[in-house]
Amino acid sequence: MLHLLVTISKYTIMIMFAIYTYDCFAVLRRGMSQWRRERMYKKQTTLIYLILLNANAVLLCTTMDFRILIMSLAEMIFIALTLLIYNKIYKGASLSVVNNMCMLLTISFIVLTRLNMNQAIRQFGLACVALVITCLIPLFISKLKFLSYLSFLYALIGIGGLGVVAIAGSTEYGAKLNISLGPVTIQPSEFIKILFVFFVASVLYEWEDLSELIYATAVAMLHVLLLIASKDLGGAAIFLVTYLAMIYVATKKPIILIGGLGLGAIGSFLAYKLFTHVQNRVIAWLDPLSVIDNQGYQVSQSLFAIGTGGWFGSGLGQGMPDKIPVVTKDFVFAAISEEMGGVVALCLIFVCISCLLMFFNISMSVKDSFYKLVALGLGTVYGIQVFLTLGGVTKFIPSTGVTLPLVSYGGSSLLSTMILFAVIQGLYIIRNDQESEVEDGKTKRTKRNRSN
Amino acid sequence: MARQREPKEIEVIDLNPKNNKKKKKAKTKKRPVEPMIQEEEESVKKVSRNREFAVITYGFLALFITLSAYFCYFLGFQSEDFINNPYNARISQLSNSIIRGDILSSDGQTLATSYIDDEGNEVRSYPFGNVFAHSVGYNTNGLMGAELDGNFYMLRSHSFILNQILNDLKDEKSKGDSIVTTLNASLQQSAYEAMGFYDGAVIALEPSTGKILCMISKPDFDPNTIAANYESIATDTESSVLLNRSIAGLYPPGSTFKILTALEYLNENGNDEDMFDCNGSYTSDGYEIHCYGNKSHGQETFLEAFGNSCNVVFSQVGLSLNLREFGSLANQLLFNQTLPTKLSNVKASTFSLEDGASNSLIMQTSIGQGDTLVTPMHMAMIASSVCNDGECMMPYIIDSVQNDEGTLVEQYEEESYGNILTSVQADELETYMRYVVTDGTASKLQSDLYEAFGKTGSAEYNSNKDETHSWFVGYAKSGDKEIAVAVVLEGAGSGSAYAVPVAKTMFDTYFGY
Repeated sequence: MLHLLVTISKYTIMIMFAIYTYDCFAVLRRGMSQWRRERMYKKQTTLIYLILLNANAVLLCTTMDFRILIMSLAEMIFIALTLLIYNKIYKGASLSVVNNMCMLLTISFIVLTRLNMNQAIRQFGLACVALVITCLIPLFISKLKFLSYLSFLYALIGIGGLGVVAIAGSTEYGAKLNISLGPVTIQPSEFIKILFVFFVASVLYEWEDLSELIYATAVAMLHVLLLIASKDLGGAAIFLVTYLAMIYVATKKPIILIGGLGLGAIGSFLAYKLFTHVQNRVIAWLDPLSVIDNQGYQVSQSLFAIGTGGWFGSGLGQGMPDKIPVVTKDFVFAAISEEMGGVVALCLIFVCISCLLMFFNISMSVKDSFYKLVALGLGTVYGIQVFLTLGGVTKFIPSTGVTLPLVSYGGSSLLSTMILFAVIQGLYIIRNDQESEVEDGKTKRTKRNRSN
Repeated sequence: MARQREPKEIEVIDLNPKNNKKKKKAKTKKRPVEPMIQEEEESVKKVSRNREFAVITYGFLALFITLSAYFCYFLGFQSEDFINNPYNARISQLSNSIIRGDILSSDGQTLATSYIDDEGNEVRSYPFGNVFAHSVGYNTNGLMGAELDGNFYMLRSHSFILNQILNDLKDEKSKGDSIVTTLNASLQQSAYEAMGFYDGAVIALEPSTGKILCMISKPDFDPNTIAANYESIATDTESSVLLNRSIAGLYPPGSTFKILTALEYLNENGNDEDMFDCNGSYTSDGYEIHCYGNKSHGQETFLEAFGNSCNVVFSQVGLSLNLREFGSLANQLLFNQTLPTKLSNVKASTFSLEDGASNSLIMQTSIGQGDTLVTPMHMAMIASSVCNDGECMMPYIIDSVQNDEGTLVEQYEEESYGNILTSVQADELETYMRYVVTDGTASKLQSDLYEAFGKTGSAEYNSNKDETHSWFVGYAKSGDKEIAVAVVLEGAGSGSAYAVPVAKTMFDTYFGY
């Protein structure tokens, strides 16, 4: 009986998620009327609620943990509030971005409830806190004009923060990532990523001479070196690629991008030669099964999960995602793929792509060149992080130990990603204000035409 | 008012700079002349600015599309290696809701089946007992054979969906899918009986597809009782009962290796017109080689020497060969590497003869002694490739998967490894291996039903030269029907006396005696 319920739920969630994902891209079609577009977003919102209810019902039946009832209610309210803030209170926020944020959080709530109830509750609490903190960010972004003058401050906090971690950080899975402040542990690099983007943007958005490029490059490399010193190679890769993308766009010189990526490749090769932990990751990537007792254990378990789950998944609560070490953080994608199915996992990748396109879209259409660079940088940070984690979990690339934004368990990652999304929403609001000025002008003109 | 103020195209992404330009142009046309020039300049600026954004966006898109494609490829084609891995704990969990499926032979016999006993326990039974011990394997204290290779399929159910739902509601297990093997039960049984009381291995392949028709290893065990006897069987290191000798037993090849020596000689010499003289023994650097039974073959051609399995001629020829070329020929014929099969736990054969090897080692190696070790599977694959015009098909044992009512779920296709011999080389070897049957040591295989080809061998395996493993490697064909075999009987004696009759029984059965 239970099995039947799980199976029905599995397929319905899959279909709903597939429709949701299709709409993410269908809505981009040119010439679609505003009215139809809005209806599609409403449909997406409905699907989010339905998926959440559907999955929570199954989780309740399989675990008989009645806290799930309260959680479901709270999660629905949370999503409703988020949608209210970005749909109604802020004018001009991207409905696609807010829907995707809610969808990714919903998947996160579902999979964490499945994997670890305590972590799910904690994560939900953190999401509420993050929502409160970040709901004012779009307002700040659109009103504060001095953000582009603070380059020195961004660099100081960034380097200071990473320096402290490199010296006093606590080691976890071979990398120094965290700082303990009493009862809370924070991962400063998650926040410094965003400051770093603001730093690079504030230096490069109207660079004039070489000294500014050298200054930006030096500070950027200092960030990267500090991360390498903390053995956070995933972090180093994110900072490096983000910097390259931003300087390429700012200078319009393809040679910088190509050269930078080339240097990055040489750097990776050197890191491989020098550090045993890098070699271990590469060995585990090339043939995880041959070293399954050692370096390959985690990746093998992840691939067992993804492979056995197959296209349609085993159903919530029916797999063995607990066999994967750190499944709620770096390897959450494998748990999703195992129990909810490869199709859902694939949809998840496309929802992330949809977010990414919206980030690059705003970076192209916002007028202010500082914010153009900020949006591009944040998009790159998000894109490269998603790519590193998904690639690592699926053995497409060596695993680098980064989290899947919004989905993985972890307060710093959640809060920083919600800040990132809020900044992007701020830029959409700025663009909306600009365009509505133009729009106003147009309306006046058409009125005049009509009266003629 | 608020609604009107919302922009018309909130989220249209335009990555194409040209489109942007057009749009701008279109807009600007309606405007007065002076600002148009300005706008035009602006739009040119915008185009060049957007190019970098497009590069980054398309770069990311390409990355993610590749990732998604890889993910699909993994799920579709690569995941089976991981699913069937013994470390994957998820498989055994499936047996909570599924009754393990049956294993069937290609001729419709049930080789393994499961039923629920009176106490509600699932029991695995093997109707043929010892005959399929290693090929079908077991499912207790680990897995082996087809039970291992088909594990995942037998724990999935494609039973009629309503039945599954009904079972689900009744909280009963559904019947898992059956795997249909390539094994031919009557062939297996007749070969098993023909082996008599000898230990050893027999394997038969269908050359055109790589289907494993028969696979026997002795000493064997009864899979029905292995759970109870596991301790004593597994700890008996002397006879290694659990080792599947047909794919993991490493034997000296004896004279069957002359197939390679002959091929290398033909490659280097270009023709086989030279005459040789055999007086029963040959000595070089103080090392003496005898022909089997100290027989002297007199004047003979190279073809006759192959047919007589003349050690004198082959050790002489061996000394003349380019060892580096010989080594690369062995590698081309799949020595020193994992054999390309679809089975688990297949051992690699070994061959090494380096420059500067002693004459005695070269002589021994040329007649299949020395350090060379082969698996019966490997020798059967070589025979199969000769038969198949040089193309090596990858041996496999799972032909298809069907549900509990016999409806096909999945059909596995044969897969080629590629040519390990040129068709000229295959033709040459065919002539030589046919001569062994018409005029040489395997003359017992002459038959009206089929045309047989092969090479016998008597492999010394310890210092007592009278004790030898009896070998036969070869194939037979009649019309479209073909079969390649490798037979090894441990300590039996000469190949022609013991292994050849086993091959004959198999050929007779297969071609319908």
